[in-house]
Amino acid sequence: MLPSSELADEPLKQPGRSAGLLEIPRWRFLLSLLVRKELRVRYRGSALGLLWSYVKPAVQIIVFYLALGKFLRLEDSIHNYVIYMFSGIVMVNFFNEIFGNTTKSIVWNADLVKKIYLPRELFPVASVWVAFIHFVPQLLVLIVGALFLGWRPGPLNLLAGLGAITIIGLLALGLGLIFGSLNVLFRDAENFVDLIVMVATWMSPVLYTWQKVHDVVPGWLWTVYQLNPLTAAVELAHYAFWVPTRGVVPDGANAATLMPPHWIWWGATGLAIAMVVVVIGQLVFRSFESRFAQEL
Amino acid sequence: MSTATDLTVVDVEHVDKRFTLRHSHSLKEWAMWTVRGRKGELAETFLALDDVSMQIRRGESVGLLGFNGSGKSTMLKLLSGVMLPDSGTIGIRGRIAGLIEVGAGFHPDLTGRENVYLNGSILGMSEKEIDAKFDQIVAFSEIEKFIDTEVKFYSSGMFLRLAFAVAAHSEPDIFLIDEILAVGDEPFQRKCIERVQELRAQGQTLVVVTHDLDMVQRVCQRGVVLNKGHKEFDGDIVGAVAHLRGER
Repeated sequence: MLPSSELADEPLKQPGRSAGLLEIPRWRFLLSLLVRKELRVRYRGSALGLLWSYVKPAVQIIVFYLALGKFLRLEDSIHNYVIYMFSGIVMVNFFNEIFGNTTKSIVWNADLVKKIYLPRELFPVASVWVAFIHFVPQLLVLIVGALFLGWRPGPLNLLAGLGAITIIGLLALGLGLIFGSLNVLFRDAENFVDLIVMVATWMSPVLYTWQKVHDVVPGWLWTVYQLNPLTAAVELAHYAFWVPTRGVVPDGANAATLMPPHWIWWGATGLAIAMVVVVIGQLVFRSFESRFAQEL
Repeated sequence: MSTATDLTVVDVEHVDKRFTLRHSHSLKEWAMWTVRGRKGELAETFLALDDVSMQIRRGESVGLLGFNGSGKSTMLKLLSGVMLPDSGTIGIRGRIAGLIEVGAGFHPDLTGRENVYLNGSILGMSEKEIDAKFDQIVAFSEIEKFIDTEVKFYSSGMFLRLAFAVAAHSEPDIFLIDEILAVGDEPFQRKCIERVQELRAQGQTLVVVTHDLDMVQRVCQRGVVLNKGHKEFDGDIVGAVAHLRGER
């Protein structure tokens, strides 16, 4: 409770309006509690707990490696295929988890949304953090695996890795804000998101190389393919984790020959698109926010 | 004893709130209704608050009274910012918080201790404030022994005690209480009312929604009666209760 003298200096403010994402830093303590709560709820009654975030991608890797690397013999044409594949899968998993959870976050927290006012962006942002906590173990496994195959990254490789993570985080948060608010009005949004998540792995060069797409699609479709920020992020991840492993770049050759043309520019474009998506997401979220409490 | 000052902390001007009676969350149903030209049925509305204005000054204790469906709880939700008015304006000076519903912001899978922190920060307390008041909160709730037990194992009484204890120590500038004093056993109820009276004596602004007309006369000085979304009476609490009972 503020003393009278200080309260008198406070302006009359309209309740239920916030600065959105910009206000989140002020609420970081609550954010950390929400993240802890979500992790606790996720692993309630589970013996392995957070270990599951190692087990699931491990199984995924083994299955894809056997089916694609061995049976379809992709291993023969892509050197260190395991790392190639895993670096893409880690990124797409990160995207899928953020996107799926942020979309459901408002409905999951209906009790709070209906009864107490908080900047509602807290819930999607908490989902991003939870996904990040699940992402870190996968990233560690990837790095350990890459080190075994002689991973020696330079500064540009690390920067590319950071760029990939940033693009995914922003893109998925932005889309999550849009679909999370639509989900309050129409629960169909969840199914739509499941659909996107299913397609995401295949519509970016995660399991195959970009050349395969480049060779068969017309020029304009190739542009569309590259405009997908996921494609940009996956290629950046390849540059970060796969390219600097042993034997990927042939002696005397340039690393750039492995990457799609103008990949740095496409990476920057991907980042720009992801930023625009966050801004659009925030605007959509705001325009629906006032209806959350009465529609839930 | 009056602790009211001239500083307006709540300013409600000509507020309307309309609800749409549509509870379908399926795109298919919505499309079907639209195609069949029966969308009008989906868009049926009612006015929960109709041109309501009121001002509350710092230190006032106001009881919002009315029968079911009068718009009291809607008014609290507008004041707290959970919902926005369709027209008119609301201005709030300082931090507004309180007990809108018992246990909102409590999670069954967290322990009592964790819930105190979660709920305290939802009500706008900082980590430091919660640290400082933690022992007081637990002592007030009288559930020291169970504070590290998960809340899902609590009885409803224990749950209520902890929820009230957190809210009563959150010290917002404006404290909202919705119907919660009606629950709990008699001794705890008395303790809650004493705590509310104590807060009022300290100059806390209170807005209370309740059907307990005897209790509200002990806690509040001013009463606002709502009826079907209209403000019918605004004056001292004794008059408001008499109005509601149809004595005037």
